[in-house]
Amino acid sequence: MRFLFKTDYGQDIALARHGGHRFWYGVLLALLLAAPWLFAEYWLAQLTFVLIYSIVGLGLMLLAGFTGLFSIGHAAFLGVGAYTQAVFVEMGVPFALALVLAGLLSAAVGVIVGLPALRVKGIYLGIATLSFGFIVEEVLARWESVTRGNTGMHVKAPDLFGLKLDTAASFYFLCLAVTVAATLAILNLLRSPTGRAFVAIRDSEISAQSMGIHLARYKTLSFALSAALAGIGGALYAHKLSFISPDQFNILQSIDLLLMVVIGGLGSVHGAFLGAIFLISMPQVIALSKDWLPPAIGQAPGLQALVYGAVLIAFVLFEPLGLYGRWLKVRTYLQLFPFYRRGMFRRQKTFQKSERVR
Amino acid sequence: MSEAGTLRAEPIAGGAADGSGMATGDVAARPGDHPAAGAGPHEALLCVRNLTVRFGGVLAVNNVSFDVRRGEVFTLIGPNGAGKTTVFNLISRIYNPTAGEISFEGHALTHAAPHRIASLGIARTFQNIELFEHATVLHNLLIGRHTHRRTGLWSDLFFTGRARRAELEAREQVEQVIEFLDLQHHRDALVAGLPYGVRKVVELARALCTEPKLLLLDEPSSGLNVEETEDMAFWIQDIRTDLGITVLMVEHDMTLVSKVSDRVLAMNQGEVLAAGTPREVQNHPGVIEAYLGSVEDVSTLRRGR
Repeated sequence: MRFLFKTDYGQDIALARHGGHRFWYGVLLALLLAAPWLFAEYWLAQLTFVLIYSIVGLGLMLLAGFTGLFSIGHAAFLGVGAYTQAVFVEMGVPFALALVLAGLLSAAVGVIVGLPALRVKGIYLGIATLSFGFIVEEVLARWESVTRGNTGMHVKAPDLFGLKLDTAASFYFLCLAVTVAATLAILNLLRSPTGRAFVAIRDSEISAQSMGIHLARYKTLSFALSAALAGIGGALYAHKLSFISPDQFNILQSIDLLLMVVIGGLGSVHGAFLGAIFLISMPQVIALSKDWLPPAIGQAPGLQALVYGAVLIAFVLFEPLGLYGRWLKVRTYLQLFPFYRRGMFRRQKTFQKSERVR
Repeated sequence: MSEAGTLRAEPIAGGAADGSGMATGDVAARPGDHPAAGAGPHEALLCVRNLTVRFGGVLAVNNVSFDVRRGEVFTLIGPNGAGKTTVFNLISRIYNPTAGEISFEGHALTHAAPHRIASLGIARTFQNIELFEHATVLHNLLIGRHTHRRTGLWSDLFFTGRARRAELEAREQVEQVIEFLDLQHHRDALVAGLPYGVRKVVELARALCTEPKLLLLDEPSSGLNVEETEDMAFWIQDIRTDLGITVLMVEHDMTLVSKVSDRVLAMNQGEVLAAGTPREVQNHPGVIEAYLGSVEDVSTLRRGR
């Protein structure tokens, strides 16, 4: 077990708390940088998808995990970002500028969606965002003069200041850079007043307000930031797939995204990454296991949906803290061995919540 | 400052004399009636005038008026459902009053946005603790510094030097409160894992972190044992004398009330019953009746037997 002796406030706000963090995150970064030489092209492509989904996951984590606002229409922001990127790149706008525009436009749409969040919460917000998701999917399909409707759009490889990123490795590095930047931005936000205001809104709106937090402003801000990250992720997604159509941004995609943050572990930045790894690797695992299963099960349609559903139910029942929560427990078990207790992470019921002022 | 205070105090004294005292019934020690009301230390910090709120057919608060003077501990007492917490919620703008005025240092609170209340210098605690459960004690207290933030979104996103300096400074301020309330031991603990008594103190600490001029404490001793209640009494006295913060509280524990309060206002069924020193209020026949029932009630009981 590691004991931290804090001698100045700087230690408290440092991103890496101790040498162990610096070492292991350094190793991770080195591994990611070396990935194009270590992995075959197929696995590198999968890793690129993990990075792209991580960016989107970070955004949704900020909204659902840290501000407590659930969005069941997040694929819409992904779609707005992807189509903005596709349309602008086709118009000849430089890649970097188009990426920024994709983020900004998604953020603007996020603000609009955030408006109902000021009035409704919980399941009603879920319904509002869900219907918004349908609206955007419909707009993408019908606004044929811009999006070409259901025929879809081709997206060229990105051209970064004259540097053509058409190989898998170069595009991977681009995604890695964006992911690292997004992660740092989220971590910075969470150690500063803005992020704390989000957490305050998640845990108790009433006392957040009496601490002087402008609920409307911060909820809208959370939606905007979350949508911006989803938009940037969507732009990269469009380039990676090089072909987009409205049905890629439907309700199933939205549910996948929500599944990602819930399984990863709501309320942790790690959770966004673990969830993305889960979301990308699960179809692979299912595909691999198909050969081993009896044909009646292995070849059955809807196997993937069934497994996803079962996994989600299992997580909600047995591990509400998600993959990251499970990792914390394992780590604590090892650190405290043999003194770990089963109930250590069990949270007390929030007793005596006041109903009157809610 | 004292000049401005004198200027502001005049309309307050006038307001009290305009006949509103009649409606509030038996108000013994109204600051407006007090000859020294205009003097510096007795200047009214918070003025509540003819406050009324109606929820459907229920008059939760009916024509309540009182002043809280700068530097005193003012307590609202009364049986359950008397409207004490509703008065708190009206001051912190969770409810809108049906009629009446609340002014704080000359600002009319009745039209201020709810999130503006904290930056005006009013902090509160809740009857049923409302902490940020899944954050550490330190983070809870840092959220209390929200009204003092000086960085914007962009400096937060990039964690610029300015944001870093502001963070360090906030921690220094919070550390003083931690020291004041002896919370060092729980600094990095998640609130969700803390016992009730400690949560109560953390909530008080969070309110103090906003550097308030007026602290609203909603039943600071509820759920605390005798020892913890005594600690709470010491802290309330310290908050008043050392930090110079005016305290308005709702409390049931009369030992605590008589120990720390300068003045007490008794309420029943949304109306003011009595006001004055703790002793005066405790001996007031209306208050005794509200808590214990009247002589007639007792005699009806006897007849029934």
